[in-house]
Amino acid sequence: MLDAINKFIQKVLKDLFRKKKHVKLGLYGPPNGGKTTLANRICQDWLGEDMGIVSSIPHETREIKIKEQISIKSGKKELSFNLVDTPGIATKIDYEDFVKHGLSVKKAKERAKEATKGVIDAIKWLDDMDAVIVVLDSTYDPYSQVNITIIGNLQARNIPVLIVANKVDLKKSDMKKIEAAFPQYEVVGISAKYGKNMDNFYDLLFKLVK
Amino acid sequence: MLTLQFVPYEEIEGLTSNERIRKLLGMVKDERIVVLEGRLRKEEETALIKRTMEEINDRFKGIELSVVYPERRKGTLGRMLKNNITDLLLGQRQGLTVLGPASLIKEIKKDPDKIQLFTQERKGKKKRR
Repeated sequence: MLDAINKFIQKVLKDLFRKKKHVKLGLYGPPNGGKTTLANRICQDWLGEDMGIVSSIPHETREIKIKEQISIKSGKKELSFNLVDTPGIATKIDYEDFVKHGLSVKKAKERAKEATKGVIDAIKWLDDMDAVIVVLDSTYDPYSQVNITIIGNLQARNIPVLIVANKVDLKKSDMKKIEAAFPQYEVVGISAKYGKNMDNFYDLLFKLVK
Repeated sequence: MLTLQFVPYEEIEGLTSNERIRKLLGMVKDERIVVLEGRLRKEEETALIKRTMEEINDRFKGIELSVVYPERRKGTLGRMLKNNITDLLLGQRQGLTVLGPASLIKEIKKDPDKIQLFTQERKGKKKRR
């Protein structure tokens, strides 16, 4: 009971001060969906600098990364937020997969250990987010349990969600499948790598973070 | 040899979230594929992933997980009322949760009402079950 009252007071205070602080905008999704590529695209568009390193080896981002005070503009509207890039959420991590990508066994094991910690941190940070962009690789099957679990948890926490169908520049991309999988959410197809459809993405970002 | 273990919802109904996760993960770490009647709560699913990550080592590589349950489309007031009453009476009992060790299961595909389970093979080929 006391816990419920405490949560209620915290929520009221959070809502009261919500407009005075910078919104925390999280990038979530499975590994290699393009979260850091999108973070870099946003930072390049509005700050002229990158946010993190991008790699084809899964779990390149193994720590939470925050870029503070990004301001984006559209006409007379302005939106400021802290961008939080999170490690990809997975249910399995096998160091041998990293060995297959050319890493030594020692480095692969280190990477796997850091990656597991990264997933735990990403889950812990879910509660701190004011809004979340779920970044999915549109060439992959969207019905993975990780995607469903992430989105279901955000829904349960009443956190606004925008789904990004990334990599639409690729032939195998199937944005309609993502729209069909999550019909209750706004889905925007982009190529973070090439900056395709970013104007539409920013318009939806304004809607997401009112 | 694959071992499939069916877990009726009654077996986890009275357990706390921690106990549920410990029980299911224990079975998976014993190299069993668990078919659970019903599903975990949303926050329990993330807690399961978190606990899995904490326990990953050279031998235990993680889990494969999939949940299927009847889709709830928005409909008439009567249908919504019926769905809410069903939820109230049955709790999380509806649907099916399949989970198993990543060392045995290569992939679980859901489309979305059908589950296909691909097991690991020594030669690295995928085999559909």
